[in-house]
Amino acid sequence: MTAAVFIGCSFIAFGPALALCVCTIAAEPLRLLFLIAGGFFWLVSLLLSSLVWFIAVQIGGSNNASVKKNLLIFGVMVSVLLQEVFRFAYYKLLKKANKGLMTISQEETLPISVRQLSYVSGLGFGIMSGVFSLVNILTDSWGPGTVGIYGDSPQYFLSSAFMTLAIVLLHIFWGIVFFDACEKKKWWALALVILSHLLVSGVTFQNPQYEGSLVPSYIIMMLMATWAFFTAGGSLRNLKLCLMCRDKDFLLANQRPR
Amino acid sequence: GRHLKGEPSGCGLLFILNFVSFSSGFCWANSVERKIYIPLNKTAPCVRLLNATHQIGCQSSMSGDTGVIHVVEKEQDLKWVLTDGPHPPYMVLLEGELFTRELMLQLKGSSRISGLAVAISKPSPAQGFSPGLKCPNDGFGVYSNNYGPQYAHCNWTVWNPLGNGLAYEDFNFPIFLLEDANETQVIKQCYQDHNLPQNGSVPEYPLCAMQLFAHMHAVTNTVTCMRRSSLQTAFSLNPEEVCDALSDYNVWSTLKPINTSSKIDPMDEVIIVATRIDSHSFFWNVAPGAESAVASFVTHLAAAEALHKVPDVQKLPRNIMFTFFQGETFDYIGSSRMVYDMQMDKFPIRLDNIHSFLELSQVALRNSSVLWVHTDPVSRRNESIQPQVMKLSLLHRGQSESLCLQSQPLPPSSFQRFLRAKQIPGVVLADHRTSFQNRYYQSMYDTAENILMKYPEGLSPEETLDYVTDTAKSLAEVATVVARALYQLAGGTGNTSAIQADPRMVSRMLYGFLIKTNNSWFQSIIKQDLKGLLGDELPQHYIAVTTLVNTTQLVQYVLANLTGTVVNFTKEECLNPEKTPNPEKEMYVYTWVQGSRDPNSTSRVPFCVQSTVHLTKAASPAFELKQWGSTEYSTWTESRWKDIRARIFLVASKELEIITLVVGIAILILSLLATYFINAKAHVLFSSPGDGGAVAY
Repeated sequence: MTAAVFIGCSFIAFGPALALCVCTIAAEPLRLLFLIAGGFFWLVSLLLSSLVWFIAVQIGGSNNASVKKNLLIFGVMVSVLLQEVFRFAYYKLLKKANKGLMTISQEETLPISVRQLSYVSGLGFGIMSGVFSLVNILTDSWGPGTVGIYGDSPQYFLSSAFMTLAIVLLHIFWGIVFFDACEKKKWWALALVILSHLLVSGVTFQNPQYEGSLVPSYIIMMLMATWAFFTAGGSLRNLKLCLMCRDKDFLLANQRPR
Repeated sequence: GRHLKGEPSGCGLLFILNFVSFSSGFCWANSVERKIYIPLNKTAPCVRLLNATHQIGCQSSMSGDTGVIHVVEKEQDLKWVLTDGPHPPYMVLLEGELFTRELMLQLKGSSRISGLAVAISKPSPAQGFSPGLKCPNDGFGVYSNNYGPQYAHCNWTVWNPLGNGLAYEDFNFPIFLLEDANETQVIKQCYQDHNLPQNGSVPEYPLCAMQLFAHMHAVTNTVTCMRRSSLQTAFSLNPEEVCDALSDYNVWSTLKPINTSSKIDPMDEVIIVATRIDSHSFFWNVAPGAESAVASFVTHLAAAEALHKVPDVQKLPRNIMFTFFQGETFDYIGSSRMVYDMQMDKFPIRLDNIHSFLELSQVALRNSSVLWVHTDPVSRRNESIQPQVMKLSLLHRGQSESLCLQSQPLPPSSFQRFLRAKQIPGVVLADHRTSFQNRYYQSMYDTAENILMKYPEGLSPEETLDYVTDTAKSLAEVATVVARALYQLAGGTGNTSAIQADPRMVSRMLYGFLIKTNNSWFQSIIKQDLKGLLGDELPQHYIAVTTLVNTTQLVQYVLANLTGTVVNFTKEECLNPEKTPNPEKEMYVYTWVQGSRDPNSTSRVPFCVQSTVHLTKAASPAFELKQWGSTEYSTWTESRWKDIRARIFLVASKELEIITLVVGIAILILSLLATYFINAKAHVLFSSPGDGGAVAY
C-alpha cells in the first residue's frame, strides 16, 4: 500500500519502543547490553519453539486444514511457554552477571537494579518479538497493493501494527512483574503472567475478526500496565503529585543531606 | 555513581536488523504477498524493436505501470476511460475484436491510460486482423526509384490491404496479451466485484488494479542503442548492453553434395529454391505464422524429400539448393546476408552459378486449387531472362494458372534481394493473384485454423500426428508440382509422374510445426542432448536474438531426416567423422539422432544420418559492416529488458494511506512526550514511601 502505509505502520508498532530506547536505553551502555541480550534470548526461544512446531507438523503430516490449525495452536502454546522459560533463564543469568559485575567494578551497590533489569529485558523481548511479527508484513505494505483480493479484510496492515504495539508493551509489563515475582518468590504472580501471555496469544486466533483479538489484548495490556506500575513502586499518591506538578515540593520536603 | 556516556548505537542496530529482514523478505513470495497479488502467468508482452530510424513497440516505467482496471467490451466503454472515470490512470482490458488502429490511436493520445491488456479473441475476428504494414518490407526489396519506380512502395498492388501497421507504431505504455481465457475471467470477476459503478454512483475504494512490468532499455533507434552498447563493451568491466541485433541461421542443403570448404566450379549451375521460416506479430514471441511461413516451408521440405527419392537425381546436370531463410519478416535479414556472402565470396556458391530461382511464398489458401506464378516485369525485359522465366511458368501449365501479365510486380519475397544484386530468372509461387489471401498476415491469429487444418474429435496425440488433413493433401499437391518442375529445370529427362510428395509426411510436419513440437516423430529425429528443444505449448516462429531458435533447429533436423541417408556408423565415427579418412566425408554432415522408441522397451535405437544440411549465419550485413544507420541492409534490433510480468491486486484510497501515516506519526510523538515526561519524573513516580530520596537511578 505504498510508503505512507509502510512508515505509518512502522511508527504505530515501534514508535513507543523507539521512544523508550532513545530516552532511557541509549545513554546507558549497560542497559543497552542487557537489551540486546534479552532480544537474543527471545530469538533462541523462538528458534526452539519453531523446531518443535516443525517436528510436530512433519509427524502430524496431513494436509487437513483443521489438523494444521490444531498443530498451529499447539505450536503457539509451546512458544509462549518457551518464551517464559527463557525469561526465567535470563533472570537467573542476570542475577549471576550482576554479582560478577559488582566484584569487577569494586562498588558497593549493584550497578543496575533488578527493577531496571526487568524493564530492560522486557523491552528487549518486546522489540524482538515485534520485529519478527511485523517485518514480513511491512515489506509487503511497501508495494502498491493492499490485502483483499481474496476477500480478506483490508485493515490487515493497521490491525497487525496495533497488535504488535500491544505485544511490545505487554512484554515490558510482563518482564517487570515476572522479575519482581521471582525476587519475592510470588509464584501465583508468575502463573498469572504466563496465563495472560497464553490468553493474548490465544485471542489472536480470532483473526480476521480484529475486534475479537485487538480489544481483549488492549484490555489485558491496560491491566498489566497498572499491575506493573504498582509493582515498580508507583502509587496513586505519586501519580497525583506528578500530575499536579507538586513533585518539587515533595522533593524539597524529602530533601536529606547527602 | 559513575555514568558512562554511551553512544546511542544500539537502537540503530535494531533497525539494521529490520532492514536485513526486509531484504530477505523481498527474495521470495511469502504468504502475505500471496494474499495481496494474483500473478498473471500466461501473458505475452509487447517489446521494443528498433531500426535505423525509428523505435516501435511499447515501453513501461522502470517500476511497472499501475492502473485501475476497466473492461472495454464495446466502443462506448472507452468514454469512461478517456473522459468520465474519476480514478485515472486506467488499465484497459480490451476484447480482441476491438483491438483496431482507430481505438489504439485514441488510447495513444490519452494521458489517462497507464497500460493495456488485450484478451485474445476466440474465434479470430471475422473481418481479419493484420498488425503488419500494408506494404511489407518496403524499401528493402528490389523496387525503388531506380528500378521499376511504378512498382515501388506498393503503387501498383497493395499486398496486405488489411494491414493496419499497429506493430510498427510506438506506444509509451505497456501492452500485454492475455492468452488464457481463465485468467481473463479472473480479471473480469475482480473488476465486476470492485470497479463497477453501482447505480450510477462512483465506485468506491478499494478498487481492482493491474500492474504491468515491461521496461525496455533501448531508445530512439539502432544507431543510438548500438553505439551505447559498444561503448559499454569497450569501457566497462560489467557491460550493460541495451539492445541485440535480430539474428539466427539460414538452413540450406544441396541435392548433389558439394564441398563447402571451397567454391564450386564456375561452370556449375545451381537452381535455388527458397522459403522463409519466420513470422511476427504485435506481441513478443507470439508468431504462429501458419500461412505466412509454416505452410510454405513444409511444402518445400516435402518437395525436397520427393526429389531425393528419384533414383537418377545424382546425375542431373544442374544442382538444386534448398534454402530456408530466417528473418525475412524483418527486411530480409537471411536472404540479404546470403547475397552479401555470395558477393564477398564467403559462400561456396557464387551469384554467377545461379541458373534460376524458385520461391514458395504463401501457398496454403489456394482458391479452387489455383497456384499463381509471379515474375518480375522489369528483369523480364532483358532478353536473356525472358525465355527462362517462360519456361519456369510453362512447367506449371496443367496444374495451375500462369500469370504472364507483363506488369504485375513481385510480392515481398527473398527473390527480390537476389534481383537487387543480379538479374536472375526466377518465379515466386503464391496462392494469391494480387493482394494476399491471408487475412491474418503476421498476426497472432495466423494459426492452424487459418489454413483450415481440421482434426476430428477424440483423437489421441499419436493419431493426430498421423491423420492426413485436407490442408496436408493440398500442400502435398503443391509440393509435387514444385518437385516435378525442379526435376525438369535441373535437366532431368525421365518420367516425372513417379515424383510424388507424401501427404502423410506433410501432415506430420504441419502437426509438429503448428500444434505440438513434442511428438514422437520429432523426438526420434533430434540429437540426444537437446531435450529442451521440444515443448508442449504452441510453437512460435520468431527470429529472436538468441542464436538457433527451435524452429531453425527443427527445420535442420527434419531436412536431414527427409533428404539424408542412414549410414552404418558407430557413435564415435558419426560424431567425429574426420577421424576416419574418406574423401566423401568432406561433402556430408553427419548427425547422431536418438531414433524412435522400441514399442516394447523404453530405450531408443540411435543411428547416424548422412546429409548435406548446413547452417549459415543469418545476421544482417549492416552489423558486420557496423553501418547501423544503413538503408541498404536490415538494421532491426530488439531492446533488452530485466523484468517482464503482470499482476492484479486491490488498491486502497489515498485518504486511508494518509490517515495511517498521520496516526503513526501521532503515536510516535505521543510516546516520545510520554516517555520523556515519565523519565524525568521517574524518581518521583517509582519511589515507594520507604525509599526516601536515596534511590539509585
